[in-house]
Amino acid sequence: MLSVRDLSMRFGGLLAVNGVSLDVNEREIISIIGPNGAGKTTVFNCISGFYKPTSGQITFKGKQVQGLPDFKISRLGMVRTFQHVRLFNRMTVIENLLVAQHRHVNTNLLSGLLKTPSYRKKESEAMEKAAYWLKKVDLLPLANREAGNLAYGQQRRLEIARCMVTGPDLLMLDEPAAGLNPKETRDLDELIVSLKHDYNVSILLIEHDMGLVMGISDRIYVVSQGTPLADGTPDEIRTNPDVIKAYLGED
Amino acid sequence: MLEVILYFIQQLINGITIGSTYALIAIGYTMVYGIIGMINFAHGEVYMIGTYVAFMAISGMAMLGIEFLPLIFLVALLSSMLVSSSFGWAIERIAYRPLRGGNRLIPLISAIGMSIFLQNYVRLGQGSRDIAMSSQISGGWSFGPEDGFQASLSYIQVLIFIVTIISMTVLTLFISRSRMGRACRAVAQDLKMANLLGIDTNRVIASTFVIGAALAAVAGTLLGMYYGVVNAFVGFIAGLKAFTAAVLGGIGSIPGAMLGGIILGVTESMTAAYFSTEYKDVVSFALLVLILLFKPTGILGKPEVEKI
Repeated sequence: MLSVRDLSMRFGGLLAVNGVSLDVNEREIISIIGPNGAGKTTVFNCISGFYKPTSGQITFKGKQVQGLPDFKISRLGMVRTFQHVRLFNRMTVIENLLVAQHRHVNTNLLSGLLKTPSYRKKESEAMEKAAYWLKKVDLLPLANREAGNLAYGQQRRLEIARCMVTGPDLLMLDEPAAGLNPKETRDLDELIVSLKHDYNVSILLIEHDMGLVMGISDRIYVVSQGTPLADGTPDEIRTNPDVIKAYLGED
Repeated sequence: MLEVILYFIQQLINGITIGSTYALIAIGYTMVYGIIGMINFAHGEVYMIGTYVAFMAISGMAMLGIEFLPLIFLVALLSSMLVSSSFGWAIERIAYRPLRGGNRLIPLISAIGMSIFLQNYVRLGQGSRDIAMSSQISGGWSFGPEDGFQASLSYIQVLIFIVTIISMTVLTLFISRSRMGRACRAVAQDLKMANLLGIDTNRVIASTFVIGAALAAVAGTLLGMYYGVVNAFVGFIAGLKAFTAAVLGGIGSIPGAMLGGIILGVTESMTAAYFSTEYKDVVSFALLVLILLFKPTGILGKPEVEKI
């Protein structure tokens, strides 16, 4: 579904990403791991249209995506989160989920002012979908709270729910477990697996929590200093001498 | 004693009249700032164009022999809103959008250029002399003793209050309830994230310019009918005042712009009445400096607290 070929990204003299290729197929959980500063987030930024890659090919569902404006990329069905939570803090929890469905409902100013039946219908559909996902991530009782006032773990879950209401085929999560306690990480683990099984979503994950990565990934890509180091199933990666060397150092 | 109170009430009426129109213009500054963090210095010119269009519409109807006042007002208001909105939209499209994403100073310079261009464009088209128009809506109510000071409330002032309140209510409902308003708030909080969720942020930004311009046109029509005079440069000082009102209330906050406008209007009218007319601008800008010193985010602006 997503295919990245020979992706490179240069910032002035720094080659942050050098020849990374990766594939994500339907209903797969793919992780990118690597030491800090390896260029994982840069890869994410290139795929999601945040950066314009220096060279390489990115195709999503058969369409070339590099060079497209980011809102168009996301409309193809690709949505991402960031290392730090980026909710609309001064909007309520439910509003965060409604606004994410903005593109699915027609935005004709006049039909909004007149509140035509089709506008109402779509609005109530959006509301149902939002409520469904709030329930799924256990936030329904907090629907009318301001998102900025939620606890950190709740904000993380809301972020994933907000991605899901956009109806994505590919969900890109940048360190979703960062800052979560072990219980919250286990819940996240379950949530991600359920997204794949129950909603046919592929997931591309950047994560440092090896327990999480090894437990749920179908395949793993290892990057070190911007260059691809290895890729394979969790078992292959765990026993790969290059990976061990990069993580633990030589002795 | 009665006279003193009546005099005070009169200043209050005058202040709120002017203040409401400042508030209407200030919303355009505050919405644009809230959403893309730039000061649209050409906004005052959009207001000025709104006044011209209203004048043209009124004289046009007079030539056609239309005398029904509500119709005249409505046509003037709507045509002024339509033309100003188009200008607001075009200004953003031509002068700001291509420059977005770069240094923040660049669109600011472009805005100043746009402001000067529009002033001169209108001056060339309409001449540099003041254009006056006899008042369409005259008369009013007076209170107080026959032989002493009488406070007056004119019909046009009442019209200004009513139209302002309606506009503010519609705007508030739009922002808080409608889908587009929700998108506006989201874009104001995190433009990049809104983009990544598939919101066409360019369209949202364009609509804030259109809405701001339409409200400025409402102010232009009302103030034009109140003062009965316009020239190509009225936008400059009105824009500056409205900008002050926006900062006073807390730039980026819509209720702040409303409050800031009223406070500024009342301050000016009180200064003019009890001190000296020449000092009214001094006092209002001194007020601005004081607010910025002691509460830099404005009266209703909330300081950004980053949660770490």
